Formats: sequence, C-alpha cells, structure tokens
Amino acid sequence: MIGLLAALAAIAVAVAFMRDLLVVAMLSSIFSFACCALFVLFDAPDVAFTEACIGAGVSTVLTLAALRLTGRQERRSGRPATAIAAMVATVCGLALVYGSLDLPRFGDPRAPANGHVAPHYLTRSEGEIGIPNVVTSVLGSYRGYDTLGETVVVFTAALGVLLLIGGAQARPGKRGEAPARADRDVVLRAIATLFVPMTLFLAPYVQFHGAYSPGGGFQAGAILGGALILYGLVFGVERLNRLVPEAVLRVIATLGVLTYGGTGLVTLALGKGFLDYDAFGTRPVGQQIGLTVIELGVFMTVGAVMTLLFQRFAGRGEA
Amino acid sequence: MKDLVGLFPYWAVALLMMTGLYIVIAQGNLVKKLIGLGIFQVSVFVLYIAMGVVSGGTPPILETGFVTYSNPLPSVLILTAIVVGVATLAVGLALAVRIRESFGTVEEDELLPLTEPEAPADAEPHA
Amino acid sequence: MSAGEILDLARRLLGEGLLGLGALAVLVGAIGLLRLPDFYTRAHAGGVTDTAGAISMLTGLALLAPDPLVSLKLLIVLAVSLFASPTSCHALARAAFRSGHRPALHGNRLPPAAPGE
Repeated sequence: MIGLLAALAAIAVAVAFMRDLLVVAMLSSIFSFACCALFVLFDAPDVAFTEACIGAGVSTVLTLAALRLTGRQERRSGRPATAIAAMVATVCGLALVYGSLDLPRFGDPRAPANGHVAPHYLTRSEGEIGIPNVVTSVLGSYRGYDTLGETVVVFTAALGVLLLIGGAQARPGKRGEAPARADRDVVLRAIATLFVPMTLFLAPYVQFHGAYSPGGGFQAGAILGGALILYGLVFGVERLNRLVPEAVLRVIATLGVLTYGGTGLVTLALGKGFLDYDAFGTRPVGQQIGLTVIELGVFMTVGAVMTLLFQRFAGRGEA
Repeated sequence: MKDLVGLFPYWAVALLMMTGLYIVIAQGNLVKKLIGLGIFQVSVFVLYIAMGVVSGGTPPILETGFVTYSNPLPSVLILTAIVVGVATLAVGLALAVRIRESFGTVEEDELLPLTEPEAPADAEPHA
Repeated sequence: MSAGEILDLARRLLGEGLLGLGALAVLVGAIGLLRLPDFYTRAHAGGVTDTAGAISMLTGLALLAPDPLVSLKLLIVLAVSLFASPTSCHALARAAFRSGHRPALHGNRLPPAAPGE
C-alpha cells in the first residue's frame, strides 16, 4: 500500500510539472490504473473494475482525442499566481491533515462509516435480494434511485457533447494525417480482429455475472464501448460509423434511460412505490427481476454513450 | 505513533488532493486543468474507499466461510462518482475543443484578454 | 516427507522463484526504460517487462494459486496479455515512425529533435 501511495504521489507531482500534454494524458492513465490496484488492495473489486474500464480506458481515449484537436504542448508563462496557488494548496493540505486527526483509524471496524446501514445491507441482502454481490444489490435495489440519477447524468453528458461537437462534417483535407492504407496495418488489424469479438463477448458476461462477482451494468457498458472504440481506432472512425450509425446509438442510449425510469413508472402503476421491485413479485424473485431490467437499461445507456463520445471527438476534423 | 500507521492513507490522499487542486488553480492550459480535476476526483475516491476498509475483512461478496466483510456502501457511492467523473470530463473536453476552434487557443492567459468586453467606442457626451 | 508434501514444496519453491525472477525482469525493464538513449531502444526495454516479466510472474502466481480454476484463469490472462502487450508496443513504435521519429544509427548520434520535444 505504501508503495502504491508513493507512486501515486510521484505521478501526481509529475503531472503538475510536465508540459507535454500527451505525456500528461498517459500519466493520468497510469494514475488511474495505480488507483485501481489500490482499490483491489482496499477490498473494493467492483470499484477497481470500474476505475480500470472507465478511468484508465475511456477517459484516456477521450483526452487523447481532445488533445488531437487542441494541441499537444502547454505554453507556460511565469504567472505570479503560481506561488500563491502553491501556498493555498499547502495551507489546505495542512488543514486536511489536521482534520484527519479526528478520523477513525484505517480499517477500524467500529468506525461510524461501517455501522448503521452497512451491516443491515450485509446481513439482510441475502434474504431480501438473494444475490451474493452486495455492491450490486445495494446499487440496484437499496439505492436504486441514485443509480437512476447516475444513468441520467451519463445521458446528459452525451447530450452536452452532441450539442457542442457537431455531427458529420465535411472535412476538407485533414492536415498532418497520413492516409491509412490497409497493407500497412497488418499487425493491428489481425490483433483487433481477434480482440474485438472477445471483448464483445466479455461485456454481456460481466453484465449478467455482476450479481455473483464484481461486475454490473456500468462496467459492462464501458467494456462494450471499449470494444467498439478499439474497432474505431484500428479500422477507422468511418467504418465504425457505418457499423453502428450514430442514430442507432442515440436511440439505444435513450431507450436505456427510458428502461430504467420506465421500470419505476411500472412499479408505480402496479401500486407500489417508485422503483419498488416488490411490485414484480415476492422477494427475492421480484427484486432480481427488477435488478436485471435496470442493469440492462444501464448497460444500453453507458455502452452507447461511450461509443458516441468517441465517435464525436474522433470524427471532428481540424478546421 | 501508532496513529501514524492508522492515518497515513488519509495524509497521502490529502497530498494527492492538493496536487490536483494546484494543477486546477495554477496551470493555464484548460485540458491540463481538466486532468488535474480528474486527479483530485480520484484521490477523493481513494479517501472514501479507505474509510470503508475493515481490517481482516474481505470484499463484500457473500461467500460461505467468511464472516467479516468490508463496507459495501462506499463502493456503491464511488461507482456512481467514477461514471459521473468521466461524464463531466467529456463535457469539459468538448468545451475545450470548441474554445480552441473559436479563439485559437486553450491557454487561460491568452483567453482572458480575448473574452473581455470591448470598451465603448464613443466618449463624446450626448447633447 | 510424503510424495504429496514434496510436490507441494516443489510447487511453492518454483512459484516463488518465478515470482522473484519476474520481479527482477520488471526491474531490468524499468532501468532500461530510464537509461537507454533512444525511443525505439526504450520500447525494447518495455517489451522485456511485457514478456519475461509477465510470463514469469503469472506462471509463478498460477503455481501458487490455491484453486486449479484460479490457475487456469491466470494462464488465460497471460495468454491475452501476450497478445495485447506486444501489439501496443508495435502500435507505439509505428506511431513514432509515422510521425517522423527515426532511430539513432551510426553510433550514439541521436536523430534531430522530433516536433514537440
């Protein structure tokens, strides 16, 4: 743990001082991956999985796609604000350290965070929902409303990017981009032909196995998006646009959110509360039905949004 | 001094958070600021997960033979936060791309003079 | 000692030895990454980590695993990694070449600084 934390600190400081933004993007990807290892060490494999897929995977691809459009070097001018910012950061850090003296010690089982609701979830989840992965049962059932908000946030981000970065534009003569000739990409195309179907198979496995092991809708959606992004990176964004047209992805993303919200409306119509899966049947079967349906909605939205974001960023030519 | 071992992860998180904060405040490039914001976010995630660790516990996946589990609730919160983080990063990067296309630069120092409102042209008092 | 105990001991020794070898290989790769002069030579150093390091460590972990299913999963991870890591190394080198970076030849003369350095 100490080694990982030290590595994280070193990477963060390096990011602050680097001027080449390509290096900074790679360092941030390594930072996410080191945090993923730290999460595994801290007994949170679901979070590690999500951080690896989304933080180290999709975030890096989006950053690189944006860097291609905004420029690679940072121009540093001697701003006097730098010293003031360093002082502010140091004072804040010392205040945080002072505040941490009152926190429960690392790993304390009697900490307030580990009392109240958490033992309730751990002991009651087996009987009420019946799936081994407590994180999925809390995410989907006990705190299902929050997850609906999260799905809507992802969808809204896609809306924002779709509005900001326009659709297919006529790009006259892209500067500095060598035409990709099929005979020069042999290794990448061969490996991608092997990997893309394998990853496409992994996504539904993670989706449905999320009840029994780390996994679930978000990770599966990110993996699906990652597979399609790999296809787009190796074979070109135009072929990706032909394979999964943007209009189809927009419909799938919308249907995902509608599935999730619609489940809540259906439970209302059946006489129970919003997103109360008891409307689908007695526990634990009714809960599991509800969980499966909403995880499907999450999967559709996250997968479609990740691919849409990549398509928009990568398809934007340099003006 | 036992406190040092018990509190050391939180201090490391404080260091990471402040580095991210410094990048957001002090660096001029908009994309670099977004990455610094990402570092800040991930260090907050580490803080939450560190607070959920139960010594001697296993990951919160119910399995016969294990009695002590780590806290599942921070995992759920952070799962949400990670996805929201990438969503805000995407919108931020889209804004940076559009700013670059409109103004030709993503450096804050060069942007601020360009976005100031122009001074009124006529100074003659109206009769 | 019975045959089972000898086998168990051998398995543990071999597994831990492979882990140590893998750690050494990763260290060698890291030193090479820092010390070698040119981008393409540093990519070779990264390749050492990917192949010698990954094979040794994952095989060692597979030998030390408590459950045969876990060993099988680790070997599958190794197989996927052996496909993926050299491909990413190839993609890096290809991207560097296509953007104009050329390897240093004829002694220790480095190529003229590529745009962006």
